[in-house]
Amino acid sequence: MNSTETTTTETAVATPASTPLLQMKNISISFPGVKALSNVDFQTAAGTAHALIGANGAGKSTLMKILAGAYTHYEGEIWMEGREVHIRSPKEAKDYGIQVVYQEVDTALIPSLTVGENIMLDRMVHDMKGKWLVRWNELHKEAQSVMERMNIGIPSRKAVKELTLAEKQMVLIARAVSRQCRILVLDEPTAPLSHSETEQLFMLVRKLKEEGVSVIFISHRLPELYEICDEITIMRDGQHIITDQIVNLEQGSVVEHMLGTKMEQQFPKTEKSVGEVVFEARGIVDPGKVNHVDLQIRKGEIVGLAGLVGAGKTELCRALFGASATATGDILLNGRKLRLSSPHAAVQQGIALVPEERRREGVFVEEAVSANLTATVLSRFTAWGSWLSSSKEKQAAQEMIDSLGIKTPNEKARVRNLSGGNQQKVAIGKWLLADADVYIFDEPTKGVDVGAKRDIFKLVHELAERGKCVLYATSELSEIIGITDRVYVMYDGAVIQELETSSTDEEEILLYCTGGGLT
Amino acid sequence: MNAARPVKEKRTASFAFDFLYKYGTIITVVVLIAVFGIMADNFLNPSNIINILRSISIVTIIAVGLTVSLSVGGFDLSVGSTASLANALVISMFVWHGQNIGIGIGLTLLFCLAVGLVNAFLVINFKIDDMLMTLATMFIFQGVALTYTRGATISQNMIMPNGDFATGKIPAVFGKIGQVPWIIIIMVLVVVVVHLFLTYTKHGRYMYMIGGNREAAALSGIPVSRYRLVAYLVSALFAAIGGIMLGARVMTAEVNSGGPYLMDAVAAAFIGYSVFGAGRPNALGTFVGAVLIGILQNGLIMLSVPYYAMDIVKGSVLALALALTYYKKRS
Repeated sequence: MNSTETTTTETAVATPASTPLLQMKNISISFPGVKALSNVDFQTAAGTAHALIGANGAGKSTLMKILAGAYTHYEGEIWMEGREVHIRSPKEAKDYGIQVVYQEVDTALIPSLTVGENIMLDRMVHDMKGKWLVRWNELHKEAQSVMERMNIGIPSRKAVKELTLAEKQMVLIARAVSRQCRILVLDEPTAPLSHSETEQLFMLVRKLKEEGVSVIFISHRLPELYEICDEITIMRDGQHIITDQIVNLEQGSVVEHMLGTKMEQQFPKTEKSVGEVVFEARGIVDPGKVNHVDLQIRKGEIVGLAGLVGAGKTELCRALFGASATATGDILLNGRKLRLSSPHAAVQQGIALVPEERRREGVFVEEAVSANLTATVLSRFTAWGSWLSSSKEKQAAQEMIDSLGIKTPNEKARVRNLSGGNQQKVAIGKWLLADADVYIFDEPTKGVDVGAKRDIFKLVHELAERGKCVLYATSELSEIIGITDRVYVMYDGAVIQELETSSTDEEEILLYCTGGGLT
Repeated sequence: MNAARPVKEKRTASFAFDFLYKYGTIITVVVLIAVFGIMADNFLNPSNIINILRSISIVTIIAVGLTVSLSVGGFDLSVGSTASLANALVISMFVWHGQNIGIGIGLTLLFCLAVGLVNAFLVINFKIDDMLMTLATMFIFQGVALTYTRGATISQNMIMPNGDFATGKIPAVFGKIGQVPWIIIIMVLVVVVVHLFLTYTKHGRYMYMIGGNREAAALSGIPVSRYRLVAYLVSALFAAIGGIMLGARVMTAEVNSGGPYLMDAVAAAFIGYSVFGAGRPNALGTFVGAVLIGILQNGLIMLSVPYYAMDIVKGSVLALALALTYYKKRS
């Protein structure tokens, strides 16, 4: 975690209004056997952005779901502008001007329809009673004008499936503000966005603030909260911990409040020796994605792969793992040239990849934790040929669960039931058992809370200490600085700079990430 | 959010439903046996029970093959056509070509493996949805079988196109395969072997993983295409065995004889998802599904329900089983 010298672009001007726009008082909710929220107070004022943060499982989303009308059995009161309101359905919430943009943008959009249709979706559903014909020109004109008001430059007649993730998010926000919108909840909106896309989103948020909308902002990226938010509320274990002007709380104490303990050293500090070059890639090309990349990793070295979203990190990782059919180039391990025709071949030859999209690419959510952990080395748990030995498998899985601190009832629990951070640990644990020579991590801390992040850093370090080669791809520059020995910076599919981590800083890396420093 | 919590929540809230989900199919079977046992005098006779088992054996074997294709996330709709083709081939080997039993069955199995190879090639290389692709090959292989028999029924002493009688004889031993007890023994063997294979071997585990998340399986280093190929070969192989046994049972090769088995096999396999709460294709469940269908069919005949109304009941039971499975998946 970097220092708290953040660029506060706006001075917090949230003058405490006499009656806040939204007050949630004494909110409690229980699910069978579990009290998810107990006596939580939360309030926001019009024209401000309010950060709502907490570790995974703190109850942020539950609180916002209550606000959005997803639960009917909560206790407590919700007041808007000094009047008590009863929100018992999503429709009622929308009628009060409460709009939520969830993290999974794809679930809220209809990919085959146009941008305009998606923006006007609510209206087409709710305001078409008794009407038969849709006036397409009018609809697109109206959608376009909503987007123009928000400075969103997407053609209304474009199909949503052709948009980037960031654009989809814009469409969802446009949909929210096309209706009456007083309170806009953004649930981890920046997690999948690149720096420039995040900037664009922040401009949009500032615009909304000017229009008097109260924006509630959920995010795991602390630095950006200081850039956009006026106030902050921290939750932990279903309880409200603190609310304050964000300028009054520095990052360190925010993390302390989130975790409930004094923050330990985020990145492990160890002295380790780096040996000779073990892994080498020469002239890796994947047409349109990766452009003549050369890289080397020494024994016991953690090499960072920095770059913005879309710089080609994921594509390079996949190419090195034999997961791209179109990639070409030479890959050498211990001086021996590898034939990486498929991930299967890569695994056979000692290369492991922890992919970015862990739910889609890293784990088997319907399978047991143990089955996930042993997936890469199942042959080791067999007797007489292919017969599985469940006791051997159970033992190995249990050891891995213990050493990684995976929070699961037992090794037979389905991965679906674990939290995001624990799923990520399973995805990593899968490869620890495999005992590969080269470990490629692609955004391993994405969507993971602070505590689990620290565990993951520790794991990566331990791998390096055991003499493994680690390639660590991320767009989180603080992690590059914190954990790597050396860093390659990618821009537009090519490695444009190689830096020693000890003699660089986030600013310099960011400069290269954004294509700067190139003449 | 609240990641560890929903587990507990589900446990208490829907215990009754979980029970129903796990044992619903079994309970249905037991209830059906009780009802038919009371209402029809001969239903529980040992001879009738054997009769039921015999009647479901071919469906079960074909359905088990289909189950294997489902386990890798595929869907082999061409099993009915493959069974027809196998039936035509094996009978023609004897009647037209006077081959002995070994060569007759061996060549038939080989041809049908080629069918599986074609399916696998198309599905894997062209990345077309399995169900759509095998829907197409279903027509193709049905047509191949028809063209091969020239649209005629093959039987002993049939009249050949040149006006002569066919001289080949179907070996008596071959007929034994289609009779009790062999037909039942083969079925049980197939179910047990495939169940053990899918549940307790490395390969079975890999197949379920591919079915659960193909991308993750590939990135875990599992040779996905190879296992999908194997799944389609196994599917075609069991469809062929089903077709051969059909031939042994009726000693002729009717036009499109395997076709009607497709839908029953699909029904059995999908009912099987819910058996013991497996939530995925499995051989034992498929067998239970086939038993359920077999009991229904047999019992309804005994109760003199007209044949034309039977599909209504069969469809309703399938709908119920699917409702159980997918309601669970959603929650």
